[in-house]
Amino acid sequence: MEKQEGREAAAVRFDDPWYDALASGWGEVDGTGAPAPLTPPVPAGPAPGHSAAEIYLEVQRSAAFREVRSRYRRFVVPASLAFFTWYVVYVVAATTAHDLMARPVVGAVNVAMVAGLGQFVTTFLLTWAYARHARLRRDRAALDLRWDTQELTRGIKEIKR
Amino acid sequence: MTDDHQTLALLLFCAFVAATLAITTWVSRNRRGSAEEFYAGGRLFSPMENGFAIAGDYMSAASFLGISGLIALFGYDGMLYSVGFLVAWLVVLFLVAELVRNCGRFTLADVVAARMRERPVRIAAGTSSVTVSVLYLVAQMVGAGSLVALLLGGSSEAARSWTVIGVGALMVIYVSLGGMRATTWIQIVKAVLLMAGTVALTVLVLVRFHGDFNQLLLSAAERSGHGKDFLSPGLRYGGDWTARFDFISLGLALVLGTAGLPHILSRFYTVPTARAARRSVVWAIGLIGSFYLMTIVLGFGAAAVVGTDEVRASNAAGNTAVPLLALDLGGGAGSTGGTILFAVVAAIAFATILAVVAGITLASSASVAHDLYASLRRRRARQYSEVAVARVAAAGIGAVAIALGLLARDLNVAFLVGLAFAVAASANLPVLLYSLFWRNFTTRGAVWSVYGGLIPAVVLVLLSPVVSGSPESLFPGADFQLFPLQNPGLVSIPLGFLAGWAGTALSPEPPDEAKHAETEVRSLTGAGAV
Repeated sequence: MEKQEGREAAAVRFDDPWYDALASGWGEVDGTGAPAPLTPPVPAGPAPGHSAAEIYLEVQRSAAFREVRSRYRRFVVPASLAFFTWYVVYVVAATTAHDLMARPVVGAVNVAMVAGLGQFVTTFLLTWAYARHARLRRDRAALDLRWDTQELTRGIKEIKR
Repeated sequence: MTDDHQTLALLLFCAFVAATLAITTWVSRNRRGSAEEFYAGGRLFSPMENGFAIAGDYMSAASFLGISGLIALFGYDGMLYSVGFLVAWLVVLFLVAELVRNCGRFTLADVVAARMRERPVRIAAGTSSVTVSVLYLVAQMVGAGSLVALLLGGSSEAARSWTVIGVGALMVIYVSLGGMRATTWIQIVKAVLLMAGTVALTVLVLVRFHGDFNQLLLSAAERSGHGKDFLSPGLRYGGDWTARFDFISLGLALVLGTAGLPHILSRFYTVPTARAARRSVVWAIGLIGSFYLMTIVLGFGAAAVVGTDEVRASNAAGNTAVPLLALDLGGGAGSTGGTILFAVVAAIAFATILAVVAGITLASSASVAHDLYASLRRRRARQYSEVAVARVAAAGIGAVAIALGLLARDLNVAFLVGLAFAVAASANLPVLLYSLFWRNFTTRGAVWSVYGGLIPAVVLVLLSPVVSGSPESLFPGADFQLFPLQNPGLVSIPLGFLAGWAGTALSPEPPDEAKHAETEVRSLTGAGAV
């Protein structure tokens, strides 16, 4: 089972055009001009006798993982707050602020129509921005962490079985 | 409706059923029934395929016929639904899809149980998932009965009962024989048909108005009898404060509930990686967003072309707005074009129902077999029997849904979909988000947050005007109404989050740091993901 996972994962890594395109090594400049983390993702291999729990705690504390996590949160938290607030404001305005929403903008189109279509537009834009952010800023580091963590835990699981 | 419509529509129904049965047979040839295969289709779908399947799973007949109908009747207020149904996908994309794919195997309970004591958490999450699925399923079954009766003109009791039984039997066949692979392909076919039909009708509406959206809105406002008010909010939800809070409650349930729907969550397990899960959600958002944009055009088109009064005369809930619009766009009643378009719309609506019920049945049979049965069975039961249990569970759930669908066929069940979203948002979403993001979350917190959302949601509905105390209630004779809103979300969603927090704070055991580290590392990197 573990073996098979590893092989499948390796195949993904190999076939992944996105990975190949960026696989020129650590320290290259990424999408926003900040250098990618230089530290190896996980501190050197486990001392013999490490349990899976210790390995996960160790990975969680590593600089590389903290970087992936903070990149994810720095995008997701403000973006979620923004779209949720915008949606709640829209729903509350649509149910309570009738006069504001009925104000005409162009021809038959009023504020309500613009706000409703605006919800569609912001949803599409945020989807695009999230996918781009994840692809450029997170995927590669996460994939490296995945292999390293799996390398570390593999031995333990085989012993347990 | 004339005989021509009926014959042609029936032929198209039969063609769709034959095609889906062929798909089921084709994909289930030479396959051993492993759990991976049955619940997740072998996890080998591409992001595009899965994106279409997600869209096919999500866009129900209620969206296709119901939202356009609401727009045709109430103008702008119908549009509020479209917005809620779409914006909900941002919650799924940002907070749920990738992380759930990385942490879980088949169900929602997998994600939570990875961090907690398995048994109580699985039983709680399994129970709430099955509740959500059954509520949603009954709404779809009753909808199928009345829809077919409506579209084929045969409003006899027998025709509706047989439709409910037929839909139930078909979904059991698809799910128990074909598993996730057959269900997925049926959803893909349905999504393609639905998008094609919607695009065709939208183009015809826009051609009718020479591509002038402004003109379309003006004619809709004029023919609705409401004038300018038709284009601004307030016709349906603008009355007293109860109606306003009711809509705010529904709006919250729609946006937060989607990420807790078991049949949506199970779709992320059908792709190989979290990255593929993300890309399939991006596909789905594109498809679903453009679909809801087109339903807006169709709704205002129906008001402008058919007229609000005619729509209301045909069906008080507005469900026939799109079929009537199709009839008119094709050249009017009696013309060949009108007959064909009407029959195509009827067949698409039917295909939509079949695909949605198959998806829900599969997800709930996974919850029964993988969560409830696996936790409650005796210790030494044999391993391979889980898929067999799931197949039997699918048949059992089908039987329950048929029975409830028949019992409820004369009742107004429109509230059930909103209720299913509210339960998903109150019971499933808090526990999922806490498990993924909260370091100190404990087993007691998990169990409390599921029941603390599920029980208030169900109880509040029992005490609401949809069950008793008004002429439109399930039991118009009785009056034990205590809660004014039809949708419990406004109260039960915060209660679900609060109960999870309280359970954690009052927990006797400390949170398991190592398990949290494992969940966090796995959810963000995919280490150890199956």
